[in-house]
Amino acid sequence: MIVAEPKPIKEILEMVKDFKKVLIIGCKGCVTVCNVGGSKEVGILASTLRIDAKKNGKKIEVEEHTLERQCDPEYVDEIKDIINDYEAVISIACGVGPQFLSERFPSARVFPGVNTKFMGGATEHGIWSERCAGCGQCVIHYFGGICPIARCSKSLLNGPCGGSDHGKCEISKDVDCIWDIIVRKMMEQDRLDELLEFKPPKSWTTARDGGPRQLIREELVI
Amino acid sequence: MSEFKSGSNLEKILKAGHFAFTGECGPPQGANVDHLKEKAGHLKGCVDAVNITDNQTAVVRMSSWAASLILLDEGIEPNFQMVCRDRNRLAIQSDILGVYAHGIRNMLCLSGDHQKFGNHPDAKNVFDIDSMQLIYTAKTMRDEGKFLNGQDLDVSPKLFIGAASNPFAEPFEFRVHRLAKKIAAGAGFIQTQCIYNMDKFREFMKRAVDMGLHEKCYILAGVTPMKSVGMARYMAKSVPGMDVPGSLIKRLQGAGKGKVAEEGIKFALEQIEEFKEMEGIAGVHLMAIEWEHKVPEIAERAGVLPRPTV
Ligand code: SF4
Ligand code: SF4
Repeated sequence: MIVAEPKPIKEILEMVKDFKKVLIIGCKGCVTVCNVGGSKEVGILASTLRIDAKKNGKKIEVEEHTLERQCDPEYVDEIKDIINDYEAVISIACGVGPQFLSERFPSARVFPGVNTKFMGGATEHGIWSERCAGCGQCVIHYFGGICPIARCSKSLLNGPCGGSDHGKCEISKDVDCIWDIIVRKMMEQDRLDELLEFKPPKSWTTARDGGPRQLIREELVI
Repeated sequence: MSEFKSGSNLEKILKAGHFAFTGECGPPQGANVDHLKEKAGHLKGCVDAVNITDNQTAVVRMSSWAASLILLDEGIEPNFQMVCRDRNRLAIQSDILGVYAHGIRNMLCLSGDHQKFGNHPDAKNVFDIDSMQLIYTAKTMRDEGKFLNGQDLDVSPKLFIGAASNPFAEPFEFRVHRLAKKIAAGAGFIQTQCIYNMDKFREFMKRAVDMGLHEKCYILAGVTPMKSVGMARYMAKSVPGMDVPGSLIKRLQGAGKGKVAEEGIKFALEQIEEFKEMEGIAGVHLMAIEWEHKVPEIAERAGVLPRPTV
């Protein structure tokens, strides 16, 4: 899933300080799963805005709404009759959500309420970690099913580097050296010879380096 | 290893079978050419080539190619270091051509320390290719006369291609295989990480020799004399991939006030003596960090002077 974290409340308050009618929109997709942008969090943010306004002697009207998915025009359409009643819209979906809202409703002032972090999952309760960098040409089967592009600090295809330290990455004792894990796994699977094969430079054309990406599947285009 | 790949002094020394002795010099954090010349001047005549580091530890300094050219002017052979952190494959290939055009003949291929360590942690890194692929790039340009995209290039850069090896980083069992991989990719010489754990290094070299790697490539053992107990502790604790045994720290502590640096040099000299005899070792790479003025003394006491002319 796409993992996000709430923006500091101070930043959000600053963003909408001049508005009296605010619509907060959540999403039932990834951000609900990672406890940052579902209906519960919409409610919490709305209360925070109201309390803050009261504290400061200001009047504010905050409306709450949570869409099935903000990355889908069909669901985004749901708010077409209400969105123009609000001066500001805070989307607490991943970065895709507020953009879909902005595109669909060109006159709306849309603000991001979360910081979108990465594609990954929860490894423990309350702990998420990155797994994929969306390079557009998946190669994890060469590396024991582990992605060195997203998970090695230097995206090495022929790792590990000389900074690997007792299973930890050179950047921090809190970050695993993924190449240490790859090597050990490949050795366990008796596939060391595969790791000894030189991996040539990767083509990054399918990654973000190739420019903004679009996917067209002719068979699905109506 | 018959004909010369580059004809650099370092390559000739190694091919002639001499025990090589290389040094290292970090470019200034500024454009202080005089300071660079002064530091490098200490190494002149004491070493066969001087590594010029490339924004090492991700701290911005004068570019390694520019500093390498200044050394060339001073009559000192540079070993131009290049990291993958700051350049994509376009910049890498054009820099390779550029340094060769200016007379640089040795190049050391490195991944580069992550920028998180350095003085510009907000930077975006590149890592378009890794150090293994950098070796391959330099070799493809030199031996095939081709760019990475397969296109022909006009006059090949005949560089003596080197790589680093850290025998101490984990997983230890894989390290000798990684060395083999670098040699297969095109490394003609290897300079190892600073060695302090001699037992582990002996074991590493035994494995390398068993695999015949010393016959395919020249391996130079990395030596950095310890200046103080603080430096030893810092290296042990805070430099990733560095293996400083507690026994060495104890030995330095035991030297007594004012004598630690001399003890550090003594340990380095003992190491060099052992490397001269160690199977598979073709020379020593002395990294006397901000201690360049000590290099003549160390070289003298190590019995590696005068340097052979080839
Ligand atoms: S190889 Fe590419 S697509 Fe596959 S997990 Fe890694 S970044 Fe994602
Ligand atoms: S220590 Fe490991 S994860 Fe970190 S950059 Fe080096 S190889 Fe990659």
